[in-house]
Parts: sequence; C-alpha cells; structure tokens
Amino acid sequence: MAVAQGIGAALSRGRTWLERDRVLAPTLLLPAVTYIVLLVGFPFLFALYLSWTDATTGNPFGRFIGLANFALVFQDPVASRALRNTFVFTLTAQVLVMVLSNVLALALRRPFRGRGAVMFLLLLPWVAPVSLSTIGWLWILHARFSVLDWALRGLGLLPPGANMFWLGRPDLAFGAVVAVHVWRMLPFATVVLLAGHSAIPQDFLDQAEVDGANLWQKYRHVMLPLLAPVAVVALLFGTIFTFTDMTVVYVLTRGGPFDTTQVLASLAFFKGIVGGNLSVGATISLLLFPVLLVAAVFVLRAARRAEVAW
Amino acid sequence: MSSRARRWLLAAGRVALVGVFVVFAAFPFVWMGITAFKQNSDLYNPQNNPFWFNEPPTLEHLQYAFTKTRFARWVVNTALVGVGVVIVTLLLTVPAAYSLARLLGRWGERASIAIFLVYLVPPTLLFIPMSLVVTTLGLQNTLWSLIVVYPTITVPLCTWLLSGFLRGLPRELEEAAMVDGCTRLGALGRVLLPLAVPGIVTVIIFSFTLSAQEFVYALSFVTATAQKTVSVGVPADMVRGDIFDWGPLMASAFLASVPVAALYYLVIERFVGSFTLSGAFR
Repeated sequence: MAVAQGIGAALSRGRTWLERDRVLAPTLLLPAVTYIVLLVGFPFLFALYLSWTDATTGNPFGRFIGLANFALVFQDPVASRALRNTFVFTLTAQVLVMVLSNVLALALRRPFRGRGAVMFLLLLPWVAPVSLSTIGWLWILHARFSVLDWALRGLGLLPPGANMFWLGRPDLAFGAVVAVHVWRMLPFATVVLLAGHSAIPQDFLDQAEVDGANLWQKYRHVMLPLLAPVAVVALLFGTIFTFTDMTVVYVLTRGGPFDTTQVLASLAFFKGIVGGNLSVGATISLLLFPVLLVAAVFVLRAARRAEVAW
Repeated sequence: MSSRARRWLLAAGRVALVGVFVVFAAFPFVWMGITAFKQNSDLYNPQNNPFWFNEPPTLEHLQYAFTKTRFARWVVNTALVGVGVVIVTLLLTVPAAYSLARLLGRWGERASIAIFLVYLVPPTLLFIPMSLVVTTLGLQNTLWSLIVVYPTITVPLCTWLLSGFLRGLPRELEEAAMVDGCTRLGALGRVLLPLAVPGIVTVIIFSFTLSAQEFVYALSFVTATAQKTVSVGVPADMVRGDIFDWGPLMASAFLASVPVAALYYLVIERFVGSFTLSGAFR
C-alpha cells in the first residue's frame, strides 16, 4: 500500500515536473527535431562526405579522394550541359510562369459563376501527381500518334503522314520540358497571386478609376506594388521546385535525345542510383545546393519583412 | 465605342482568356480520359480523328489494368504508405506545433519558420545518401522505406502549418480550463485539440496527398514491382519491353491522379493562405 502510494506520489511529482513550460516545451518538440536531424541533417552531411570519396554501391564508404569528383563533374560535357540546362529550364519556365500567372490572376480576380469548377480545372496540374500527369504529356507528344501532329496536319502546317517528333529533336524536346514545367507551376503561382489580389483594398481601385486610370494603369500603379511581395514568394517556390525537379525530365525524355535535356537532378539519379556511382551522383546533387541556399535566404527575408510589417 | 460595348468586349475577352488557360491546364487529363475508353484499332489509326470515338468505347483497358497489371496492388500500396505517413506525421507534428505555438513565444514563431525551411530541401538533394540509410536499415524494396522517409517532407510543412493554425486560436479557453484545475496537457487534449480539428484534418490530407504524389524516393528505394506505389508503378512498370500500352496506361494514370488531385484541392487554399495572409509570409 505504502509502495503504491509512493509510486503514485512520484508519478504525480513527475507529471508536475513535466508540466513546467521549460521542461514541456522541449519535450514536445524533441521527437520532431530528432527525426529531422536524423533523416535530413545526417543524410545531408553524408552527401557531403560521399562527394569527397570514391564510394560506389559495392563500397558505400569509399576512399577519400579530395575534390576529384568536382573536377570530374566540371570536365564532363554531359554534366556541364545538365548544369546549364537546369538554369535555362528554370529561368525560362519561371519568366513564362510569372507573366502568364499575372495575366490569369487578373482575369480571375473578380467572382463569376462557375469559378469553383474553373479553379479546380486550372489547379489540376499542381494537385495531381506529376509523374502521372507527365505520362499524359508523353502520349500527347507521341512520336507517331501525337494529337498535336494530327491537328497540325489538319491545319495544313505539316504534310500528310509527317510527324514533328516532339521528344526526338533537341530543340523541341527542350521546349516540351519547359512547357510541362510551366504547365505544372502556373496554377500554383496563380493561386498565390489571387490571394494577393484579395488583399488589395477595393477603395484603392475605385479611387484609381475615379482618377481615370485604365486597366493597365490600375494594374501597374495600384495592383503590382501590392502584389510584389506575394509574387516574390510564388517565384521563390517555383524556382526551387523547377530547379530541383527530376520527374518531368525523367518521364518525358529520360534526359534525351543524347543527354541534351539532362538536368542535374536526373543526371544524379542516373549516375548515383542507376549506375551505382554514389560519390559522383552525390556530387552532382550537391551542385543544387548553392541555389537552394540563396533561395532559402530570400524566403527568410520575405518572412522577416512580414514579421516587421506585423 | 460606347462604354457598354467596351464593357461587353472586356468580359468576352476575359471568358476567352480563362477558357484558353482551362484547356491548357486540363487537356492532358481529358486526353487520358478519352484514350482510356478507346479501342486499340481506333487509337493506333493515324487516319482517325483522335477526338472522336470512331469505334464504340470500350472497357478493355480498365479491365486490362486491373487484371493483367499490378495496378490494384499499387493503389493499395499507395493507401498503406499514405496512412502510415499520416500516423507518423501526426505523432511528430501535433506536440511540436503545440510547443511552437503556445510554449515558446516569439522564439516558437522563428523556430517554426526554420523548420519550414527544411521543407524546401528537395528529395533530389538527398536521395543518394538516403538510399544508403534505407539499405542500412534493411528497408529497401519495402513500403516501410517510404513510411520512414516521407515524413521528411510532411513533418516540416505540417509542423509549420499547424503551429500557425494553433497560434490563430484564442488562448483564453485553455487558460480558463487551467484556472478550473485542468493541467496544461489536459487543456491541450480537452480544449485545444477539439478546436484544432480543421487544422489536423488539413495535416492529414496534406500528408496523404504528398505521399501519393512523391516520385523520386519511391523510384530510388523500391524496384520490386509488387511493392511500388501508383506514382512509380504506372510510369515504370506498365511498359512491356519498349511497348507502351497507351490504353491501360492512360486509364490507370487517370484513375489514380484524379482522386489525389481532388483531395489536394480541398487543402490548397489553406496552404496558399498560410503564407500569404495569416502565416509567416502574411
């Protein structure tokens, strides 16, 4: 009996101890933080380690070989091409996304009948699994049965029986990859901008109208300055997603034809996972990091600005 | 031009513009849907109008997907992984978000942004060391590998979302409960969590759909056909040699992507809203 009472007292003492904020706060946070350190922090350090070794699947710890992997990657024409492609794809796609999403958000900002259904259709590219929707594009761009070719033939822009081979020619394959990236990121940028639009006070627009501003002037002098902060957020997210994506290239072209659409992420996959060359694969992946770091700093600045504004 | 005609023209232009964008966005899915029900002889005849059912529609591709491929298995696998990830995410996220929102004050807000930054670390940066981690744990070619790794994506995002949500709930009710003799954890369980149900539902839907969408880790860790999820099984394993079976491929891509898209659509506003209106980037 006394023992049970003792345990009971100890338990309740333990509970009050646990209830103190200085104890409770870290205790509740600890599992999530531990998990993140173990499964994000540690693998990241391990990637850094791998890039300095000659590790392969057969010998996952490898030998220390200094910066040889980085030298190898920068001399490799395929890797240099992938590095350039990653930047060019991201830049081209994001410029198009920013222009198109601004136009689309302008058209959608005021409520209309059927807006819900329209928004669902517009958001499909973002909310559907990208590997599956890209398969749809693969079929649309098929070498022989492309529906686009059929339409071009119908319009007389392509001779009967001819095909464009969208994914078989470097220039067209390049365009196809960019188009699918734009297609995928456009909905996201648009909803972010729409959220920005909804925060613009109607008085400002009414006043501009009274002052005789046309649509362009209203956009340029009233909306754009107020939209800029959210547009930056959309741009940062879009940049990070496109820059680090391998799914579109993997499903659409496998990096082909002749590695002309290879990007860093897909090349890292082919070298590291398919080829088993862990060190070179990890090195190529790490080339993504500097840009991610810069983007993260900008995200933090955007967050800090918001904090000050509050 | 009268102002009425201008107004009308503007409205018509707006409808046309939105129409073009809707076609661009939805076309691949419409195309999957049409292809899924077309006979092969119709599909592979370049003379036929591809928008038209030149021959009667058929269910053979759907039947093929369910009987001759592992599509049904991949759907089940995706659901199992999704449920596993939801459970792990909730166990890690709910206490962490509470701590960040209620116990750590100003620092909690900063820490939640720091945790959010982890969400920006992409799978393509970590998949090679991660595949070694998975092998070391003996989890390669199992669904467990994905249940263990996917929370690296869901936990940072959901901790941030949920802590923002909890911060928006009034403190007074919990304080009143504690004055009435509730302990802190008691107030959390009896007062705050019931109020947080919408936020928790968002976390559940997000974790599930992000798991169902993921491709890179699933492609890297699982090579056995029977253990794949839909997002990898369909693009990787529905091809016989070099032959693409477009009918079954489109049927299964359509069937798998539309429900995931609908589920994600339910929470997208909350995601966007949290960094434009109420959250860290308001």
